Amino acid sequence: MKPARNLTLFLLLAPAVIWLGLLIILPHVEILVLSLSERVGPRVYKFGFGNYLEFFTEPLYWRTFARTAIMSILVTVITLVLAFPIALYIARVAQGRLKAMLLLLCLLPFWVSELVRTLGWMMLLRETGLISYLLQMTGLVGQPVEMLYNDGAVILGLVYGGLLFMIVPLANALESLEPSVVEAGYDLGGSRWTVLRRIVIPHATPGIVAGSIIVFMLTVGNFATPVLLGGKNGLWFTEQIYAQFITRFNWPQGAAFGMLLLVLSSAIVWAGLRLSGQSLGTTLRQA
Amino acid sequence: MNRPSLLWKLYIAAFYIFLFAPLLVVAIFAFNASPFPSPPWKGWTLEWFIGNGSVFGKPGILMDPIWLTSIGNSLKVAVPVALLAVLLGTVNAWVLERAEFRGKTIVAMMMLWPLVIPGVILGISILAFFSRVANSLEEVLQTDLDLLRPGLPLVILGQLSFILTIATLIIAARLRKFDRSLEEAALDLGASRAHVLRTVTLPFLSPALVGAGLVALLMSFENFNTTLMLVGSDPPLPITMYGQMREGATPAINAISLLLMLGVGGIASLFALTSKAQG
Repeated sequence: MKPARNLTLFLLLAPAVIWLGLLIILPHVEILVLSLSERVGPRVYKFGFGNYLEFFTEPLYWRTFARTAIMSILVTVITLVLAFPIALYIARVAQGRLKAMLLLLCLLPFWVSELVRTLGWMMLLRETGLISYLLQMTGLVGQPVEMLYNDGAVILGLVYGGLLFMIVPLANALESLEPSVVEAGYDLGGSRWTVLRRIVIPHATPGIVAGSIIVFMLTVGNFATPVLLGGKNGLWFTEQIYAQFITRFNWPQGAAFGMLLLVLSSAIVWAGLRLSGQSLGTTLRQA
Repeated sequence: MNRPSLLWKLYIAAFYIFLFAPLLVVAIFAFNASPFPSPPWKGWTLEWFIGNGSVFGKPGILMDPIWLTSIGNSLKVAVPVALLAVLLGTVNAWVLERAEFRGKTIVAMMMLWPLVIPGVILGISILAFFSRVANSLEEVLQTDLDLLRPGLPLVILGQLSFILTIATLIIAARLRKFDRSLEEAALDLGASRAHVLRTVTLPFLSPALVGAGLVALLMSFENFNTTLMLVGSDPPLPITMYGQMREGATPAINAISLLLMLGVGGIASLFALTSKAQG
């Protein structure tokens, strides 16, 4: 009986081991090793930290990195602020069919490809786009206005892409708030603002942390939105990775950038969890 | 908090307009009788779907080999990804829900891992690793191993690396709800293990299997980040779309986007139905 059971377990585990080993663990070991190899001649490499040194000495690289980090944090904060009233409405105010419909309407656009959504924003924002056209029609502006290819457009696109991933965990967290607790807050003389700040927001903390972490990770790792909406001014770190790997064929440098991006996203996630006193397990369950 | 203020309601309304405006613009301008995907409105046309190129100089998507081969390439990737995701996801779900062994928590944690790795990094790491494997093997075997070079097989592996996590989670959630006394009853009544699996357990799982397959199909069809790093000379649909968007496209790209939206809507409602069937 025992050998048969071991064989079954072995067979059951085989796909997981092959999948995680060949597609996740070994490839990550590979880019770590690659990132630590310096090119000393044609097809000759030696161990060294040169690729990381290059990152810190070339301003374009570390500035793009810092810019990606700061803008991703900004996008996460804006998404949180915009999503909170929606989530609160869905969780606490809307009832029955309206509630189900509002949530479904939130989900729908996010089933659609990121490229299609970005195309929509390009058609709205560009010089020959709909908003510029309508502004000219109504006589508000004299000539076409270009609203694409700037940081505002990039932030708008990224916030748009992150909203759903913020609304769902927030609404889930707010759902479990007892109405009697909120009423007690009012009865004790709390203003709307006090109740929100002292009762509702603390209760939503697990949702806020989960949503923020997911939005941050998606934003930092995004490629198409900053490149298409930002154009030459997009300057996103994933673009640098792509350039090193595909355009310049400098894989060790690209691998070092990849490791740095992994460290960045893990570090921010860790810091977020520490600051809010949450654990990764509960956070993933929220999401 | 039961009486929302007018301001709050207005904000909700504005939010939903914001949410749907880009999609509506894409859909409507697919029918604009103009060579450019921008206003002014020049009247309705189906030229960008079925035109042969005589009117605007460029054919509609259903007549254009570039778009048709891209859709074909996407299917060549999405179908194997979905089949593998369901098959391997079912086995993984068994590991998570039924198997008992030391280190199970670590395996369960590892299975979630691909979801927190940026897609671009999944792409480059798989590209680099399989190139090294190909280089070493080619030296030993003295043949070319194009299978492990950028191209559709590598795209399949890259997408599978994280879609398998999602399929596993969907199927495991269903398996958790299964009442094991049903299996025991069947065994007591003299059925063999294989027979029980085929007639009791798998039929119970089938809505989740279909659901996981549909989600995998959709995610594969729409994946961009990982695919971009692994693609060779046969671009799947998102890669072609990206190229056209960078160059400044014709309304053909609106037409393909509308078809995608309709496809997504169809798959999403099918998925909603299967998860409703799960109760």
